[in-house]
Amino acid sequence: MGHRGNEAIISVRNLNNRFGTHVVHEKLDLDVFRGEILGVVGGSGTGKSVLLRSIVGLHRPSGGEVRIFGQDLAGLSSARRSQLDRRTGVLFQGGALFSSLTVIENIALPLIEHAGLGRGDAEYLAGVKLALAGLEKKSGVLFPSELSGGMIKRAALARALALDPDILFLDEPTAGLDPIGAAAFDRLLMTLREALGLTVFLVTHDLDTLYTACDRVAVLSQKKVLVADRLEVVAATDDPWVQNYFHGPRGRAAQQAAGTVQEEC
Amino acid sequence: MTGISHKQSADSAMPGNQVVPGNLRLVESSDGTFLHLFGDWTLPHYKNLEREMAALDVPGSCRVDFKELSALDTAGATLLARLLGTDRLSNLVLSAPDLAEERRSLLQAVGEALNKPDEKPSVRHNALFDWLAEIGKITVGLWQTLLFLLNFMGLTLITVIRVLPRPRRWRLISLATHIHQTGLNAVPIVALLTFLVGAVVAFLGATVLTSFGATIYTVDLVAYSFMREFGVLLAAILLAGRTASAFTAQIGSMKVNEELDALRVQGLDPIEMLVLPRMLALLVTLPLLTFVGMMAGMIGGAVVSVVSLDISTVRFISIVQEIPLRHFLLGMVKAPFFAFLIALIGCLEGFKVEGSARSVGEHTTSSVVQSIFVVILLDAVAALFFMEMGW
Repeated sequence: MGHRGNEAIISVRNLNNRFGTHVVHEKLDLDVFRGEILGVVGGSGTGKSVLLRSIVGLHRPSGGEVRIFGQDLAGLSSARRSQLDRRTGVLFQGGALFSSLTVIENIALPLIEHAGLGRGDAEYLAGVKLALAGLEKKSGVLFPSELSGGMIKRAALARALALDPDILFLDEPTAGLDPIGAAAFDRLLMTLREALGLTVFLVTHDLDTLYTACDRVAVLSQKKVLVADRLEVVAATDDPWVQNYFHGPRGRAAQQAAGTVQEEC
Repeated sequence: MTGISHKQSADSAMPGNQVVPGNLRLVESSDGTFLHLFGDWTLPHYKNLEREMAALDVPGSCRVDFKELSALDTAGATLLARLLGTDRLSNLVLSAPDLAEERRSLLQAVGEALNKPDEKPSVRHNALFDWLAEIGKITVGLWQTLLFLLNFMGLTLITVIRVLPRPRRWRLISLATHIHQTGLNAVPIVALLTFLVGAVVAFLGATVLTSFGATIYTVDLVAYSFMREFGVLLAAILLAGRTASAFTAQIGSMKVNEELDALRVQGLDPIEMLVLPRMLALLVTLPLLTFVGMMAGMIGGAVVSVVSLDISTVRFISIVQEIPLRHFLLGMVKAPFFAFLIALIGCLEGFKVEGSARSVGEHTTSSVVQSIFVVILLDAVAALFFMEMGW
């Protein structure tokens, strides 16, 4: 696969984030190119989620600049911001489905609110998204509390896709899924990327996802992006954490697994 | 992989680029009928496209021309699938020459998604039967609520008996915290509310009794009503609203978070850890709050008597002192029972929470309604009983 394009759809420059005296990011730079799946990895507490929240605008950075589609988030009016928000979809780690709405209503909500569709049309389209995310129609009438972990992720993915966003942000989408479910999720992600032309910003701990789904990998370490490049390049980086991560027992296993998959293809 | 052409939907939304609303047209040519698609087939144009589609009668044999289609998203693809049918769409996807790779996979994915069997059970409903079924459900539900409550009461009492001889398991810190939260923090609101009700009762008494020339009995009215009924009733109702809801929400969110399960697998008893301290705290605080309520209510009455009824403070106190202690005790004796029930219902509703934040809300409401209902019901029964006993 490799790079999709050289146009940076998200560019982060000189990002600083600190909480009290605790510095999370210092002069962090990162580009996400159109059409790619970028995996973001890093140890616990390196600020992966804070980075994601800074890019989507849920967290106001202490300093620096975040540009999405070439526009500076901080300088936008709330109306422009809302327009921009419609072009991004976020899958939160716990799904964050609205617990008082059924799955279909969860997906239909942004369609009704933003696209101005009637209830019937919105739920029809929501059904299509649900099927695209690999859920059966009958699970649409269930409430989030009645879903299994894997189903919650898929339903949340369908909601993130509701408005056909250009960029999809995923926060640990395969955490808490069994290996089969996680592999299916990876495949689903790649299929959807092909079909919908998505750019994906993927925060993950899952080495298998990195090997099978990601075009590039960015490593967060020492308060900035240590390296962001193709997996081979990243894995060869001379850094103790990176070496430990990719060449530890789990890293090797995932690499071998990815190798066998490619041979089979 | 070539072409990011269908991402033009994104670019066309930017200022400066031209947005062409999606549309379709039938064109007759020498090669046969063509269905021309052009413009943006995207979500913003969904309604428009749907209208255009309804107006157009597309013959089954026509071919489709995608050349002028500038943008396509899942909404557009869904419409197209509906227009042509999923079978024709999938044939078309395979055969159409001027279709970019991404659009091909998008149409394929949407076609497959729509093709999945739609199994929606269609059950005929009869309004009358539904209504009867609903009544049956509610009746059974009420019965079960009562059984649950009695069950839980038993369980709690057994736990109390088990823990009582072992002072080390009394959890005094937890108890003190709950006494602080449910008792001390509630003093201002209880005092203010009963003070105001006391004043209102005094006004009421003055209005009615003045016409009999029995203004002085206003004092008795206020004192009797607050000692026997209002002190404990108002304190209990406030506690039901303020504390039963808090108990339900606390225990309910712990349940959602699987903290209760975590306690159980560590061999700890949630009833002993969570219910007992709360219940004991209420058993301590409600009698104290009742006393505060009685005093504040009578002070409210006294203020009205002194200011507008010309009864001196000394006279007021001397009349109150003549009231037999029995009436004070009859009020106080109800407090522990109310406290027990409020704590029990608050905690039990918390344990009944299932899975979601919505459920926490529902059970919190239910716990307040139930505990207020039980308090008033029990108070009415007690009033009847005391009257029959001649107390």
